[in-house]
Amino acid sequence: MSAPLASTVAVAHTITVAGSGQQFTCPEGKSVLVGMEHRGGRSIQVGCRNGGCGVCRVEVLSGTYTSKKMSKAHVTESDLERNIVLSCRIFPTSDLVVRPCPLTQVTGAPIPQIDAPAPPT
Amino acid sequence: MGLTGVLRPGHMQLKVLDLDEAVEFYSNVVGLVQTGRDATRAYFKGWDERDHHSLILRDAGEAGMDFYGFKVLDDATLSRLEADLNNYGVTTERIPAGDLLETGERVRFEIPSGHQIELYSQKTDVGNGSSYVNPPPWNASSEVGIAPIRMDHALLYGPDIEKVQALFVDVLGFYLVEHILLEDGVTDLAIWLSCSTKAHDIALVRNEEPGKLHHTAFLLESWEKVLRAADLMSMHKVSIDMGPTRHGVTRGTTIYAFDNSGNRFETFCGGYQSYPDWAPLTWTWDEVGTAVFYHDRQLNPAFLSVYT
Repeated sequence: MSAPLASTVAVAHTITVAGSGQQFTCPEGKSVLVGMEHRGGRSIQVGCRNGGCGVCRVEVLSGTYTSKKMSKAHVTESDLERNIVLSCRIFPTSDLVVRPCPLTQVTGAPIPQIDAPAPPT
Repeated sequence: MGLTGVLRPGHMQLKVLDLDEAVEFYSNVVGLVQTGRDATRAYFKGWDERDHHSLILRDAGEAGMDFYGFKVLDDATLSRLEADLNNYGVTTERIPAGDLLETGERVRFEIPSGHQIELYSQKTDVGNGSSYVNPPPWNASSEVGIAPIRMDHALLYGPDIEKVQALFVDVLGFYLVEHILLEDGVTDLAIWLSCSTKAHDIALVRNEEPGKLHHTAFLLESWEKVLRAADLMSMHKVSIDMGPTRHGVTRGTTIYAFDNSGNRFETFCGGYQSYPDWAPLTWTWDEVGTAVFYHDRQLNPAFLSVYT
């Protein structure tokens, strides 16, 4: 006997990316970053998705979440106290408002301009 | 004997966010063989490597590379290269035998890109799990996870790569295999260096921030095994960066993916055989995308901005 369809639908929360006008729904159990990717969003930069590289750093302006370990090179204890986190390592438990706040990325020699890929149609 | 001096990349110590989770990932998803554990570190090797370990994981609360070590032919070679480095103006430090499990003294030094590099000559031969007499072609440890043959090479990010090239070529006996030029047509964006007949043993990309790791690569036997690695990555929900595809540089087939601490790794096959008398291959600025990702013919945003 097949399981009822409802059991395959996770509870989802609405994530608002302040400043971008973008909103997307993110199921519980999925990180904010991966939730954004699955909805075709591009308002937060995607890096390693595993808490190491720091490019998806955000400040959570409102809402609740659980989190996994993230690189202390990119998120300090005082950052955590101010709800500055890596969006690949937080999992929403309510609707969230986040604001991207990447550390200034230093770059070396002039590098090719890379245009963001076109959004999926 | 052709291959003397520096033989091959022999170990990398990688920083991880959670040692137990990283051990699970490298054991069961990547399919390396765990060979030891000390107070803070776990030791692994590819199934067909014979020395005790090649990848060392350290619980550090952050990602990145602690050091990258090369095995040299013997103790006399180690002493000679140490003296050559000192004469070249490079300060070296001897790390005592036994600091890494089953490993002799290591000579450590910093290169101009800000990375810690080591040379060593002794590491216990533990074999690949098969006999040294009448061995079978593979064994049970070659059938776990992605199961790479060996740790193959690394791509490091940092400044002053022309000084790194001079040091590796003039002192350590490497040669330039390929390079990518910047827009000025003179300065290198990236260099691929070999100490063997591999298309690269170490590569560097010019980057303002020093001491960074782009990826460490694990060797697979065939393109089909690269595709199988991609299947396994999706089965295990591994974060994939790029691929499966082919590099223009080295012609290697590849997937870039991230371990569960965000360190990029590569499952790599091929690359042509190279020789020190061959002229280096040059990639121009307008073909940089083709050089790195031969099929997409453009860099992805993460290639130059995401590293640990």
